[in-house]
Amino acid sequence: MNQEQWLRREILEALTMVAPETDTDALNSTSSFRDQLGIDSIDHLNFIIGLEKRLDVRIAEADHHKLSSLQGCLDYLQRVLKAA
Amino acid sequence: MDVWEEARRHLDGLPGGAGLNIAYEAVDRHVAHGRGEHAAFRFVSPDMKVRSMSYAELAQASNRFANVLRDLRIGAGETVFSFAGRIPELYIMAVGALKARAVFSALYANFGEEPIRTRLSKGGGRLLLTTAPLYERRIAAMRSSLPMLRHVIIGGHEVAPAETLGFDALMAAASDTFEIAPTDPEDTTFVHFTSGTTGSPKGALHVHAAAVALYASASSVFDLKPDDIYWCTADPGWVTGISYGLVAPLLHGVTAVVDEGEFDRTRWYRITHDQRITVLYTAPTAIRMLMKAGARLARSFDLGSLRLIVSAGEALSPEAVRWGRQALGLDIHDTWWQTETGSIIIGTEAHDDVHLGLMGKTLAGVETAVARRQTDGSLQFVGESDRVGELVLKAGWPSMFRGYIGEPDRYAKCFAGGWYLTGDLVCHDAEGRFSFVSRGDELIKSAGHLIGPYEVESSLVEHPAIAEAAAIGKPDPLVGEVVKAFVTLREDHIPSEELRLDLLAFARQRLGPALAPREIAFCRSLPKTRNGKIMRQVLRARELGVPEGDLAGVEAPEPTPEVELRAAKGQQQP
Repeated sequence: MNQEQWLRREILEALTMVAPETDTDALNSTSSFRDQLGIDSIDHLNFIIGLEKRLDVRIAEADHHKLSSLQGCLDYLQRVLKAA
Repeated sequence: MDVWEEARRHLDGLPGGAGLNIAYEAVDRHVAHGRGEHAAFRFVSPDMKVRSMSYAELAQASNRFANVLRDLRIGAGETVFSFAGRIPELYIMAVGALKARAVFSALYANFGEEPIRTRLSKGGGRLLLTTAPLYERRIAAMRSSLPMLRHVIIGGHEVAPAETLGFDALMAAASDTFEIAPTDPEDTTFVHFTSGTTGSPKGALHVHAAAVALYASASSVFDLKPDDIYWCTADPGWVTGISYGLVAPLLHGVTAVVDEGEFDRTRWYRITHDQRITVLYTAPTAIRMLMKAGARLARSFDLGSLRLIVSAGEALSPEAVRWGRQALGLDIHDTWWQTETGSIIIGTEAHDDVHLGLMGKTLAGVETAVARRQTDGSLQFVGESDRVGELVLKAGWPSMFRGYIGEPDRYAKCFAGGWYLTGDLVCHDAEGRFSFVSRGDELIKSAGHLIGPYEVESSLVEHPAIAEAAAIGKPDPLVGEVVKAFVTLREDHIPSEELRLDLLAFARQRLGPALAPREIAFCRSLPKTRNGKIMRQVLRARELGVPEGDLAGVEAPEPTPEVELRAAKGQQQP
């Protein structure tokens, strides 16, 4: 498994912990979780806390909006993990 | 002159003495007074594009929508619903519906199937405005079970799915002139659904006469001036988003900002800065989220336009007020009111000093008292200050709810001896300033919204694995309380992490994130009274680690065995 595949799996697992009703196979990677799944702002915050714990990273408050879609998460987290 | 008479003098009444209609007072009369070009709304889209809508544009658009309703044969007194985010179409619809003397009710977009179905059925919804994704996700499958729902209109400039009508096409075909028919101030305007401890949600009915109290309270609490840029962050799915997100600011002819996006701290500061917000009406949950992000984020924006921040939804903590002073340079004012009161009843007025931990005083025009209910149904008034009792309001203020839809008995139970019983426990000091103590019942308050445990539990027990369920409010540093459910399983089902996620998914599908539990715990039994009623207060006391009170009468007083799943939890959310 390459890093992107691993990261994708981690993101989807973190999402499933917050919104287990998610059909991860049907998820469009570029449109927002909110539009597709109807998650609210508390869900989104819990999802980010989950990602921080899983990946042992710190996601700055000002960057939270960048993690609103699967592709957004992948792009952002790949950059963060590379820099670490 | 009393405060209501004073407020009435600021309203016009329908031309020719044809009564009082909120849509005319909030929109058309400003056009008649030559302020048609002033912005009524500024809508901020999720990608931060701003769409301004003048009073004249809103007057025309709402005329069109009133004609759409007439063309669709929706008559006076019939109920129309929205189920959408904070899109411009929702606000046009609300004003248009009031012009057509229909009744408007907004459903929160984060509701799942069950709360939608219950409210649409109870409210007798004839027409629903929604968006294409929400229609596909929540409405399409249940449409056949809602025979009274005649029309579904799709907003958001999207292609209307089969058996729905496109908002844009309907509006384009409708005339932009409409004359409001004579309107009795006692005609119904809005149904706001609110939760009960037992039974299904209640639809509180409000009337056009409420304009008087909404105008007066917005004068004293916000001191609104014509050039104010006012932002109420509440969603119209809750009473605040209608009373103070739509009606009150427009009655005053100010510009109301509507954020179509989800709450985000950086976004919040950016909008306040970019839109030069002067008066902000928000909630403790939002303030706690800002606090968590720290004062540095606040200081990185120039928020100099802000002159007043006011809070509603739950009591504001002294800590939040101190933070506001330090990070925003303003004292945050608190207010208290309910869906049933229709307008702010207690608050710290715009020119009053903030007293830490106190909500403020009773606004002029309303009579309040602190009382205890007696076993014979009468009230004993608590005379001295600093004694806890239930807040009661002398019935008859203009924005008081006029009924619960279809439930006259439930309405009657809210009153004793001419006083409305709020169900909130409070204290007052010698100067008449109130502090909030707690709810007198088991309603859960999450992000400022009341959630009825019964509505959550009755959905959970629909799951084949669940035998019994109890929902409580678990204290949460951000949203006040989150819904936590305790469940016992039917035979041949065993607790597992997989089942926990399955139950969570089931609950979220049914209830939506607005009402679904964020936590589910498995139990071997639930504490009950001898006649079998689940004692939620015992579960809550255990959750908080506080004494459980008098446990006489409890069937299973031993600690509720919450089944351990730690080994399987892995990376589970906190």
